Amino acid sequence: MSILQPNASVRGLPNADPRVASSGFKLGEHHDPYDPLDVAHPAAPLSRHFHPYEDNGGTVLSVSGGDYTIVASDTRLGSGYSVPTRYVSRVIKLTDKAVLASSGMHTDIAILHKVLRIRLTQYRHRHRKEMSLEAISQLLSTILYYRRFQPYYTFNVLGGIDENGQGWSYGYDAIGSHEKVRAVCSGSGQYLLQPVLDNQVEFRQMAADPTRKELQLEPCVELVKDAFTSTCERDIYTGDLVEICRITAKGVEMEKFELRAD
Amino acid sequence: MFRNQYDTDITTYSPQGRLHQVEYAMEAVKQGSAVVGVRSNTHVILATLKRSASELASHQKKLSEIDDHVGVAIAGLTADARVLTRFMRNECLNHKYVFEQPLALSRLALSVADKCQVSTQRASKRPFGVGLLLAGYDATGPHLFQTCPSGNYYEYYAMAIGSRSQGAKTYLERTFDSFPECTVDQLAKHAVLALRETVSSSKDTELTLENTAVAIVGKGTNFVIYEDDEVKPYLDMIDADEEEQPAEAEPAAADAPMTDA
Repeated sequence: MSILQPNASVRGLPNADPRVASSGFKLGEHHDPYDPLDVAHPAAPLSRHFHPYEDNGGTVLSVSGGDYTIVASDTRLGSGYSVPTRYVSRVIKLTDKAVLASSGMHTDIAILHKVLRIRLTQYRHRHRKEMSLEAISQLLSTILYYRRFQPYYTFNVLGGIDENGQGWSYGYDAIGSHEKVRAVCSGSGQYLLQPVLDNQVEFRQMAADPTRKELQLEPCVELVKDAFTSTCERDIYTGDLVEICRITAKGVEMEKFELRAD
Repeated sequence: MFRNQYDTDITTYSPQGRLHQVEYAMEAVKQGSAVVGVRSNTHVILATLKRSASELASHQKKLSEIDDHVGVAIAGLTADARVLTRFMRNECLNHKYVFEQPLALSRLALSVADKCQVSTQRASKRPFGVGLLLAGYDATGPHLFQTCPSGNYYEYYAMAIGSRSQGAKTYLERTFDSFPECTVDQLAKHAVLALRETVSSSKDTELTLENTAVAIVGKGTNFVIYEDDEVKPYLDMIDADEEEQPAEAEPAAADAPMTDA
């Protein structure tokens, strides 16, 4: 979704007269062809539609190293140009080895997290062990695809430690397509952040250097903090606070890091 | 006297106003091996004796976790118990999904009891042949409930069901006044001592790592099961007591508080 467009629900207000342009944009004519959830409405002006989706903004990322993963997300909840709350948690600790962070529409995120928690509990009761990271990654994909024709408007990143003790991240789209990678991000700041992660974590688009070593945990946390600070400067929907989870063999530790509140 | 005429059908009363099929179902509970439950002001502890069909077989699991805050010990038909366990887990998950809080134990016990009652009033069904001891901690504190095949449920300070449970009940009746103020370790010791009263002289002559399982739930403690090697500290607790009795050299040591297992 283009950042310069207003919230789609603005179109449904009773007093809005689409024949009169205000604030420098025309109502009823926004259609982003690249956003699969922005359905073009050929309906007559002044008619009201129910728009089931809203983008509440926020940026999430997951970065993995040899034996650790860092999952982080900002906590600002946006609605149009407003900020209903500065603190909402987008991160959920699923097991001692897996953490999920989701951006998109907050209500779908909350429900998806609840559904996942229940599925994990059911698995634990039936199999008498916790779900592995690989199993959770497949489960999430299946849950998302079940709603192929009315998706959870969530853009997820899953990160953790696999059965061999290695750190891995998974990035998802809204209907469950997923990929196992070392570093991935999602949300309103995704296009600002992903190139930085590609370059600084996976050393892509750089001359090969055999002496260059993989990032360790603490330098990686510093990188994540810098990345969020930078994203927060340029993306209006990212800011306020960042929740950073470090997942290692010891378990999951959460840290809060302040961002600019503007 | 007329039992045989009126006991074939679940939907037939006897002239004395009894449902014999339901009573026979409760006999099935008495055939299962013993389980003991004890409650203090902060915790509930279940101690169970696991039976094995033969030397080659494993010992039958008697304890199940239902949710973080509640677990169950079973006596009777294990397959029926599995159905009820699945039902209880589902009830707890549904309640937590809708209300974002753990299901109160009295409500859970009630829903299980109602489910048991349904099969005492249908000609096409038979009663559940399993008795449960539900142990849990909710907003109103620790609770111990018993459910019956009849569809009744009771709350207890301490209870034992299953085979040879009378010995355990006698021990509990003697000691339960001290339970409210007990620490977790003292309470566990009472539970295991009560369980020991149920071992027979012929079959399972003593409590061992293989045939004993203990579960604890309470304030600040999610439901957790201790069995096999993990149950050793609890068996050692009662053995230590026994060793010091004949010695009588250090009476003070016998009363010393146990460290956390």
